[in-house]
Amino acid sequence: MKVEFKKLSILVFALAFSWGMLLAQGHGQAQEEHGVETEQQGEHGGEAGHGGHEDGKYDPVGTVMGHIADANEFHVWKGVHLPLPVILYAPEHGWTTGLSSMFQHGHVAVDGYVLNHGRVNRVADPAFPKGEAHIDGVVAHKVEEADGKEKDVYYAVHEGQEYLLDPPSTVDGGFLGGRITSFYDFSITKNVFTMLLAGLLLILLFSAVARGYRKNIHKAPSGIQSFMEVFFVFIRDEVTKPMIGEKHYERFQPFIMTLFFFILFCNLMGLIPFFPGSANVTGNLAVTMTLAVITFLVVNFNGKRDYWEHVFWMPGIPAWVKIILTPVEILSLFIKPFSLMIRLFANISAGHIIILSLIGLVFLFGNNGQSVGGAAGGAVIGGLFTAFMNLIELLVAFLQAFIFAILTASYIGAAVEEHHHDEAHGEAH
Amino acid sequence: MGAIGAGIAALGAGVGIGLIGSRAMDAIARQPEAVGDIRNNMILTAALVEGAALFAIVVGLLQG
Repeated sequence: MKVEFKKLSILVFALAFSWGMLLAQGHGQAQEEHGVETEQQGEHGGEAGHGGHEDGKYDPVGTVMGHIADANEFHVWKGVHLPLPVILYAPEHGWTTGLSSMFQHGHVAVDGYVLNHGRVNRVADPAFPKGEAHIDGVVAHKVEEADGKEKDVYYAVHEGQEYLLDPPSTVDGGFLGGRITSFYDFSITKNVFTMLLAGLLLILLFSAVARGYRKNIHKAPSGIQSFMEVFFVFIRDEVTKPMIGEKHYERFQPFIMTLFFFILFCNLMGLIPFFPGSANVTGNLAVTMTLAVITFLVVNFNGKRDYWEHVFWMPGIPAWVKIILTPVEILSLFIKPFSLMIRLFANISAGHIIILSLIGLVFLFGNNGQSVGGAAGGAVIGGLFTAFMNLIELLVAFLQAFIFAILTASYIGAAVEEHHHDEAHGEAH
Repeated sequence: MGAIGAGIAALGAGVGIGLIGSRAMDAIARQPEAVGDIRNNMILTAALVEGAALFAIVVGLLQG
């Protein structure tokens, strides 16, 4: 009976989460319509026709991508946004600081900066007025690129005149629409806010655990300490000890645990569909790249003589193979952290995209608010599938944190290992 | 083209991870007491196979 109750409560939680997501995206839909409205306003101002969504149709791809992207303001509930600090720098203009509420959701431009779909964009055109300026909206033009792909290019409309908007630069190499741009965005964005929150939670939790360890010396753990000790022992016995080895594991235990818990907390907060969560932190290439670069530095600064010997001049094989193997080994130095970066990013982003697509079924079946029956059907089907996906994502959140930790540990293990080739081979014979 | 390439990559990774899982199951059936070690090595190997598939997917994305 107790187990039944547990199962039931897990299901109820999953359903409640998916319901929260439904509401969250329902608002996203409303906002999308709002965006369409301003775009049509823009049409009155500018003479342009725009691509795709000016007829108010639900755009599933745009909505999903908007939800997994970073933003300069944190949407809390309905029309309520938590303003976040913006810190912007343009080489020819200098610093601009303030709160994201000063943009009034894209109706006001400050020093040429415009809020477009939650992100700060910039008008680089020197003819655009400095200081605060009212804008009539943002219009999108479809532009065909050299390789035949279509891309939205956004223009801000000010007094009937269209100005090209530079999007914020991103380190995604153009995967998600990033490009070199005319300004630097150092803002506390939604992702940064959630990362700081995850860091704060970790500090609070682990200082409580540390207090427990200080209090209960030579005694059984108590309270939250006994809950977390399971994780510590697991990481020590399953990850660091077998991967790094008895001799060195203690030095790297804090690093591996920090990686594990930070990724885990960010993953779990990404699964919460409402305010303090909902940011796609570990599904952001910049975040996973930073983690991978830290891993790369830790691994290679701790590389022993044997490690570098295996990279540059692998012992025990003919010389002509070494000439082929050395470039491969040098490449693999960089491929290892690169695959860490891509793995975490792809897994978490894919999970978010699947959940958002399933929720999008409600609006797709509902035929844009025309068909209540379709929307109800979509809500039932999408809700059930979302509950299921949320449970899978819960597993993935733990699994990806674990994989990142165990792979980092195995790379460190390879770097600090001392091989003693001749002895080992001698024993084998 | 990119989508086809990504699909083929997913196919290869699926076969690879399937083989890992099947052999791990065999190994666990043969030596149930080694389940912890086998599970860890299974996840590690699956992650490495997945890495190869992810590279293919990245190339697919770059090619559009």
